[in-house]
Amino acid sequence: MSDRLLDARLVVDRGVFRLDVPLRVAPGEVVALLGPNGAGKTTALRALAGLHPLTDGHVTLDDVDLDRPATGGWVPTERRSIGVVFQDYLLFPHLSALDNVAFGPRRHGVERRAARATALEWLGRVGLDAQAQRRPRQLSGGQAQRVALARALAVAPSLLLLDEPLAALDARTRLDTRAELHRHLSAHAGATVLVTHDPLDALALADRLVIVEGGRVVQEGDGPSVTARPRTDYVARLVGLNLYRGRADGHGVRVSPELTLTVADRLDGEAFVAFRPAAVALHPARPEGSPRNTWAGTVAGVQRHGDNVRVQLDGPIGVAADVTPAAAAQLRLIPGQRVWVAVKATETHAYPATG
Amino acid sequence: MPAALLIPAGLGLLFLVLPLAGLLIRAPWTTLPERLTEPGALTALRLSVQTATLATALCLLLGVPLAWVLARVEFPGRRLVRALVTVPLVLPPVVGGVALLLVFGRRGLLGGWLDSTFGVTLPFTTTGVVLAEAFVAMPFLVIAVEGALRAADHRFEEAAATLGASRWTTFTHVTLPLVAPGLAAGAVLCWARALGEFGATITFAGNYPGRTQTMPLAVYLALETDLESAIVLSLVLLVVSVGILVALRDRWMTTA
Repeated sequence: MSDRLLDARLVVDRGVFRLDVPLRVAPGEVVALLGPNGAGKTTALRALAGLHPLTDGHVTLDDVDLDRPATGGWVPTERRSIGVVFQDYLLFPHLSALDNVAFGPRRHGVERRAARATALEWLGRVGLDAQAQRRPRQLSGGQAQRVALARALAVAPSLLLLDEPLAALDARTRLDTRAELHRHLSAHAGATVLVTHDPLDALALADRLVIVEGGRVVQEGDGPSVTARPRTDYVARLVGLNLYRGRADGHGVRVSPELTLTVADRLDGEAFVAFRPAAVALHPARPEGSPRNTWAGTVAGVQRHGDNVRVQLDGPIGVAADVTPAAAAQLRLIPGQRVWVAVKATETHAYPATG
Repeated sequence: MPAALLIPAGLGLLFLVLPLAGLLIRAPWTTLPERLTEPGALTALRLSVQTATLATALCLLLGVPLAWVLARVEFPGRRLVRALVTVPLVLPPVVGGVALLLVFGRRGLLGGWLDSTFGVTLPFTTTGVVLAEAFVAMPFLVIAVEGALRAADHRFEEAAATLGASRWTTFTHVTLPLVAPGLAAGAVLCWARALGEFGATITFAGNYPGRTQTMPLAVYLALETDLESAIVLSLVLLVVSVGILVALRDRWMTTA
């Protein structure tokens, strides 16, 4: 049990939508459920919290079945050793920050004075002991987020759940809060599952990413492996890569009937090819005499992207290219314009689609 | 500004305000203090306040859980139950009084059993007054509290559950404080309605001074014997009503 405090297979049927996500989390580990809106992340979190019953599968925490429809095993939310930080925090508006944090310990049978002491200690840890007597509406967004975190942690939960913990904050507060949240999550001895649609939050906060799309896990792994080897368009977009699936035969991967990309890696069978938009070069005429993949494309869209210009191109494969504003001006990139697209084999990264 | 709207609007306002002005104009201001402290007036006032308060307490005790069930529990026939709850709102109070007599009267459905088992008789007693007032006033409370419960974010209750709060603790420590303004507004409306109750009270509880004769009943009775006394008693009810209106306006109606 030491390697998995939480062992779950979350199956929830909601009409046409079916969530089926296996999830194992070790003590002290932080796992991020990352996915687009409507992927079922929040449903997964609610199922772990007992706010939504499972249709099938199980939630086992610390070797105790919290929910297992097959055997009828069920522990209601209030008796689960969990702490939840809700997206909009849901701090009780009629209680002070201190009493919000003391609420959990009080319900766990701690006497009022001791509960308040615990709460004050937690508020101190998140740097808000001076705001203890304030009502939630007198707190800033970042402060409310920290009170919500303190409230969830004050009951020393085995499983900490966070639903889009930084989504409600403005960009500047978000940066500070993210760093601080990372510190608290690292210090948490129990398992942590956080749900987010923001890859930066996930990469900054989690030890492991579980990527959910359409109710299923499409990829799983630590940050570097997920960002280097995306397996779906969604993940590729998140990490800003062009991604194609095709059949590999040695150094060639056939990604469309008309196009086989030459890659540096050698492999056979179903494969992914990924490369950065900055690795894509655009030319007015077909480039000669270099070991490049080249094909003719049509400009579909042009947008500013940081200091560069991001060009979306149609053709045998859709591709995003980042070029300098100077190059964009020289090529007269307007939608409908035909250009030659070139990608060096050494700039590509190919890996098996299976396993 | 079309005169076709302004003139009836003005007339409408006059129609509502003139009777109240009449009450103020005809009031025997010089003898008011003596009139107010007459034993009969004081007794009726005390009885009215007591019964209205008890009726409100009864409505809170039964009506808040009823509102919670209507707002939070999905069950077949919920719409029907909600409709039933609002019936006393539109029912003529006299009919309510008759209905209460048929149930709680000596030969009523429950009254006979209550009498033979516990020796309790309700009609024509102060308890009867409380029952009649509660019957008429409870829908005001239920509707106000149910509305407040529906408007309150039920996810606060989920948050309480994740912190280890049982359903009951969540209700008392989270739900009730969240709906406190709506609850208070409902209770005040309920109390005001109970205070003004006439039809059901006189039908079910009769008109015995000191026992079942509340202010509205005293006003009606005084009208036949002593007009000035009726005006004074009416004035007291008017002051109480306006006071409630002001209290509601300042505390809830603007923010709600």
